[in-house]
Amino acid sequence: MSKEILRMTDIKKSYVMGDSVSLVLKGIDLTVNEGEFLAVLGPSGSGKSTLMNIIGCLDVPTSGEYYLSGRKIQDQDEKILAHIRSKEIGFIFQSFHLLQKQSALENVELPLIYANVPEKERRRRAMEMLERVGLADKTDHLPNQMSGGQQQRVAIARAISTNPTILLADEPTGALDQKTGASVMELFHQLNDEGRTIIMITHDVNIAAHAKRIVRILDGNISEGAVEDA
Amino acid sequence: MLKAFETMKQAALMSVRNIISNKMRSFLTTLGIIIGVMSVISLVTIVEGVENEVLSEFSDMGAGVLTVNAYGTALKGGLSEADIAEISEIDNVSGVAPSISFSGSAVRNGEVDDEVTVLGVNEVYFIHNDVVSFGRPLYSIDMTGESYVCIVDSDFAKTLFYGENPIGQSVILNGITYKVVGLQTGDDSSLTSSMSRGTNGGRVMIPYKNAMKMSGQALVQSLDVYVEDTDKTNETQTAIEELLYKTFNNNDDSYWIMNLDSLLDTMNSMMSMLKGMLTGIASIALLVGGIGIMNMMLVSVTERTKEIGLRKALGAEPSRIQLQFLFEAIVLSLTGGVIGLILGLVVSAAVSSALGIGFTVSVSAIELGVGFSAAVGIIFGWAPAKKASELNPIDALRSE
Repeated sequence: MSKEILRMTDIKKSYVMGDSVSLVLKGIDLTVNEGEFLAVLGPSGSGKSTLMNIIGCLDVPTSGEYYLSGRKIQDQDEKILAHIRSKEIGFIFQSFHLLQKQSALENVELPLIYANVPEKERRRRAMEMLERVGLADKTDHLPNQMSGGQQQRVAIARAISTNPTILLADEPTGALDQKTGASVMELFHQLNDEGRTIIMITHDVNIAAHAKRIVRILDGNISEGAVEDA
Repeated sequence: MLKAFETMKQAALMSVRNIISNKMRSFLTTLGIIIGVMSVISLVTIVEGVENEVLSEFSDMGAGVLTVNAYGTALKGGLSEADIAEISEIDNVSGVAPSISFSGSAVRNGEVDDEVTVLGVNEVYFIHNDVVSFGRPLYSIDMTGESYVCIVDSDFAKTLFYGENPIGQSVILNGITYKVVGLQTGDDSSLTSSMSRGTNGGRVMIPYKNAMKMSGQALVQSLDVYVEDTDKTNETQTAIEELLYKTFNNNDDSYWIMNLDSLLDTMNSMMSMLKGMLTGIASIALLVGGIGIMNMMLVSVTERTKEIGLRKALGAEPSRIQLQFLFEAIVLSLTGGVIGLILGLVVSAAVSSALGIGFTVSVSAIELGVGFSAAVGIIFGWAPAKKASELNPIDALRSE
């Protein structure tokens, strides 16, 4: 059995809005092992974004326990959470979130700067990552000189550059047409075959179908699903 | 240590990159600082130039001189020979030069100047004032012998000896024949003489005892006391005051001593007050510039909310975000500071040459310009940078 890297027990998250308290996550239990390709499938308003924020250590749960790589994530200060994100999480966003004034290479280097990787090593690794996603010839291009599919590949290169424990993708194909979306999913398969753990948040069953394991989230509750169900 | 340096370097690089990508806006923001620093630097430099000029003029006029005015009391209207001798005995006094002036008339070969200022002086005056350009000054033997010799100025020479060399010639002053032994320099740097010079008439200097007799004055009311050690001028002044107090029968309303050194001190403190005030006024421009930077930084933080969120998601600690934005503010205002410094020096060089005063680049001006602008960057960049570092990454990423 492969190593367990993420375990959530009875995770609850509530937000205070004025006088009322809304419970967005109502007791999530989830375990993810190394090398998994997991899709979290749910409609908008189901709490999947909140779950993603908690998995990605951008937010902390109101109650319950969350262990990531054996470390308990709780209400720690921003600095420690930043360190955890730098080391453990590679984010991939629906709208890519590339810095528009910086080249592809510089965008990929960004998380390495914050991980304090020395300049030479940083450049070498960023080049390697761009090669890995098939953009070796686009290193000097600015984001607006590239297609959406290429931009998302840059974002993926950026996400894997620090060699994180988990790749956390939020609707990675949401802003792409079907064909480029499929090629991005193809890249995800390759990365997963190389042993990378991927957690993908989506509302699209067709996209979720690419994953090896699917969990459904609805109204703040989670349930195990199967690829066949999708 | 190396890590901290690398962190700083990255923050600086990111800041510079962002400033360059917003050239126009950065320039306009910097303009406030440029104007502020420029005005501070040019005001300080110009005032310093004026100050130096005034001070050097003052010391030319004579540091180490105490000008005594002894108008005396109703019973005793001045200082006698004995009093003057007593003053010259005071510790640290190197010489005493009494002076007496009255106006008289001069006649020579039918030429008349009836508005001549006659000045009675002694040999000490000539030791400390290099006023004779041709011929000889008056010596102590002229004083003891009460010789009928005189020194004339160029106005006098032009009126009565037009086209001739006056030295060695005779002239009749108030009915007494005097021999001209010296010619005074045209440009007189002595305070007393330039104040007493008449516009129409000339000026002539004779031994002071002759002058007392000719004018019928038995007492001297005005004298310059020369001090040996200028560090002890104030003590000497006190000693003279004590003596005069006794001489005039314990009446302290009967004399007045002007101390150029203490006047110089007053001037100095006035100048530094003026400088402080002008700098204060110019600092208002700097303050406005700083607010401009703060405004621009706040706009920048709001504009780049998404970028900040992304950087945080990618593992940037809050302190690194803060450092990046703080650096941006500092780089902006320092750039403005350096440009303002250069412009300020150019302006003050131009003004100095227009006013005809000396121009020196003072180190304090450079320190002031650079220090001020860096301080403005830190002070006004702090709040926006803090705000950026405290943004919640989730909200920041969501903002479109």
